[in-house]
Amino acid sequence: MDFTHTEERQLFKDSVARVIADTYTLDARNKAAETDLGFSAEKWAQFAKLGAIGALFSEEDGGFGGAPFDVTVLFEELGRGLVNEPFLATAILGGGLIAELGNAEQKAVIEEIIAGTKQLAFAHGEPKSRYDASHVETTAKKSGDGWVLNGAKAVVLNGSAADTLIVSARSSGAAWDEDGLSLFLVPADAAGVARHSYPSIDGLHAAEVRLDNVAVGADALLGAEGKAWPAIEKVIARANLALASEAIGAMEVARDMTIEYLKTRKQFGVVIGKFQALQHRMATVLLEIEQARSSVINAAGRFDGSRVEREMAVSSAKTLAGKIGRLVAEEAIQMHGGIAMTWEYAVGHFAKRLVMIDHMFGDVDYHVARYVALSKEAA
Amino acid sequence: MDLNFSPEDLAFQAEVRAFLKAELSPALADKVRHNKTLTKEDMVGWHATLNKRGWLAQDWPKQYGGADWTPVQQQIFDDEASAAGAPRIIPFGLKMLAPVLMKFGSEAQKAHYLPRILDGTDWWCQGYSEPGAGSDLASLKTRAVRDGDHYVINGQKTWTTLGQYADMIFCLVRTGTEGKPQEGISFILVDMKSPGITVRPIILLEGTHEVNEVFFDNVRVPAENLVGEENKGWTYAKYLLTHERTNIAGVGASKAALAEVKRIAKAETVRGVPLADDPYFAARVAQVEMELDALSTTNLRVLSSPDAAASAGSISSMLKIKGTEIRQSINDLARRAIGPYAMPFVSEALEEGYNGEPVGPEYALGVAPDYFNNRKITIFGGSNEIQRGIISKMVMGL
Ligand SMILES: Cc1cc2nc3c(=O)[nH]c(=O)nc-3n(C[C@H](O)[C@H](O)[C@H](O)COP(=O)(O)OP(=O)(O)OC[C@H]3O[C@@H](n4cnc5c(N)ncnc54)[C@H](O)[C@@H]3O)c2cc1C
Ligand SMILES: Cc1cc2nc3c(=O)[nH]c(=O)nc-3n(C[C@H](O)[C@H](O)[C@H](O)COP(=O)(O)OP(=O)(O)OC[C@H]3O[C@@H](n4cnc5c(N)ncnc54)[C@H](O)[C@@H]3O)c2cc1C
Repeated sequence: MDFTHTEERQLFKDSVARVIADTYTLDARNKAAETDLGFSAEKWAQFAKLGAIGALFSEEDGGFGGAPFDVTVLFEELGRGLVNEPFLATAILGGGLIAELGNAEQKAVIEEIIAGTKQLAFAHGEPKSRYDASHVETTAKKSGDGWVLNGAKAVVLNGSAADTLIVSARSSGAAWDEDGLSLFLVPADAAGVARHSYPSIDGLHAAEVRLDNVAVGADALLGAEGKAWPAIEKVIARANLALASEAIGAMEVARDMTIEYLKTRKQFGVVIGKFQALQHRMATVLLEIEQARSSVINAAGRFDGSRVEREMAVSSAKTLAGKIGRLVAEEAIQMHGGIAMTWEYAVGHFAKRLVMIDHMFGDVDYHVARYVALSKEAA
Repeated sequence: MDLNFSPEDLAFQAEVRAFLKAELSPALADKVRHNKTLTKEDMVGWHATLNKRGWLAQDWPKQYGGADWTPVQQQIFDDEASAAGAPRIIPFGLKMLAPVLMKFGSEAQKAHYLPRILDGTDWWCQGYSEPGAGSDLASLKTRAVRDGDHYVINGQKTWTTLGQYADMIFCLVRTGTEGKPQEGISFILVDMKSPGITVRPIILLEGTHEVNEVFFDNVRVPAENLVGEENKGWTYAKYLLTHERTNIAGVGASKAALAEVKRIAKAETVRGVPLADDPYFAARVAQVEMELDALSTTNLRVLSSPDAAASAGSISSMLKIKGTEIRQSINDLARRAIGPYAMPFVSEALEEGYNGEPVGPEYALGVAPDYFNNRKITIFGGSNEIQRGIISKMVMGL
């Protein structure tokens, strides 16, 4: 066993951390969140130059990493900076699906993703699907050589900035069958695509997307018709690994800000950190974060194992991230008192992101139930 | 022991229901239920409606125009009004200042201010907290210096809820520096339009303007606005903080919020099955419901106990802790219930007259903002840590 990163990965982690610490401000991030794009184009270009996007792709696909621990290392730093540039939507989800299923021609776009010149979104969740990843009612009907898509997609991350949407649609099977799902590359400005975009409460951007008789060619199909499920499941697992890692970065910042506040805020003539009522709870926060970190290490370490092994470890990491993320968010606010309730003070923004991570790709209850089901498969 | 309402209470309940049916507009109820932004007119209007019926000042004695309800009647009204989606009563004038004036105010103050609280002439806000004086309220620094027949006030208050609407503010100010910090505090009433007062908004983490900073720069206040005696303000302030007990547990509001969670859980489906039937979610709801049911009884039990008055402080601490923690767990259920639609933040859609494109179900819009906003309830009015400290000292003698 060895719990240290390779030297190369550590150097990468440090360089990302440095750039974020030196140049990334919460204020600018929150302002960018209110624009139509939802993030800073300039920062995205800067991250591309740093190689941060490329770190999420394998060498074979033109990147310089792509291993599970590359994902965790990068996203932890993104969480620390509360970065809202679309690493998840464009690189992990969009890029991940193309890397999994794309043919040579389709994969050509990965170069642009890595260069920061192409934006993607995974238009998958639907108004009635909640967290159920195989629940897709959007339809794909064969029409001549190509396809016609109809349906509605909900809370599509980066939906407004995306040049291309990767749309999941069903050509056969019942609403939540795993079989019968296909993926299509749809230009965001294609006829029949309507996007209504909005900010999210934690400073990201998403869109409701309607597909009204959207006609695409045969070359839009990503992978084999009706056989997209294994890739969807795996890419969502990678997204959850990324989110759990991001949560750790955010939790550690919220923790450190709170500890610092306990050491400086005075009431009753002493710093409030002298009150044992707070000390013990802060100690709990501290040790729970270590648990969350270990579960992420488990998930990254087991990611390339069997499907069941991977999915159980990921559900476990996402459950702990959800549970402990909420604990850290609520305790950080409570132990700060009124100041944490303000927009101006940073800790509230970390708290919002931490709680919302539980609302992406499955909350605690969803992943616990999934873990139970997977354990039965494993037995 | 008898857990049933008396025939009189049942008749009262019917009367309350009929009143709400006739007087509460569905549009206003919809706003309240979905955590939409209430305008000042909404709040003032509801006070006026209640006042017309004589039901605004529910625990005031009859002599001041109050309804003088029993704790059971207040609970009945609270349950019914909350269930119907009535706005909450703004407490600053009615439930905080008024009891202090009745007990410690001059006849002139009572005659002038109490009717104006009832008829809505004065909107009051509470000027206790300062940047350096939160839990340790007695360390407050805002100074009031006597100058002829005026006091001159300098300093700063903060977290002043709805101060942007207020006509008047009741303040704790420092008038003495001798002895313990508690001994040099006075309770004074200040017109918000006085020269030298500046109100600055504080935006909360979910983007709303609910609290303010209030700055005092040589603000001259007539000496007759002092309540009671100089340097005795701490006694009055503590009386105020412990007096408001009947509604502190927020049982009615929590019942209404839990009912809303159940409505959402019926509408949300997982593979066609209502979320309400999901065993994980149902177990969470059940546990909160059990707690709330018990709190409802705890509330009435302690409020109707003969020695309630003697242990006022520890009772309000107890009700505040349980009431706020249960309320927050209902906010947590609600955010779980709406799933991915917790993320969209279309704040305009919470304002009156919004007719833009809807995002997700209407019931989801205000859920996450309310979850974050309600983190405040375990912080303000004496944080739950402070309340547990009070129980440790006052009940257990530790
Ligand atoms: C099954 C068992 C096996 C044990 N085996 C061993 C052994 O092998 N060797 C050995 O040396 N000892 C052993 N102990 C003793 C054990 O270490 C002591 O019980 C322990 O140190 C607590 O001391 P105490 O029981 O006197 O409780 P106290 O110290 O009197 O504590 C009483 C309570 O007060 C709390 N408390 C005390 N101080 C503080 C503080 N500063 N802040 C907050 N709370 C506080 C404690 O947590 C506890 O809840 C054993 C005890 C048990 C129960
Ligand atoms: C939304 C909102 C509305 C408000 N409205 C008003 C208003 O209208 N008027 C008004 O006057 N005030 C208002 N307040 C202020 C509120 O009463 C204070 O925020 C509260 O008293 C806590 O003070 P603080 O925020 O300075 O936190 P601090 O007192 O600095 O507390 C920070 C943390 O330390 C803990 N702590 C402090 N002392 C102890 C101790 N002895 N033991 C253990 N833990 C301790 C606290 O519980 C908290 O967790 C409002 C606050 C908020 C957030």
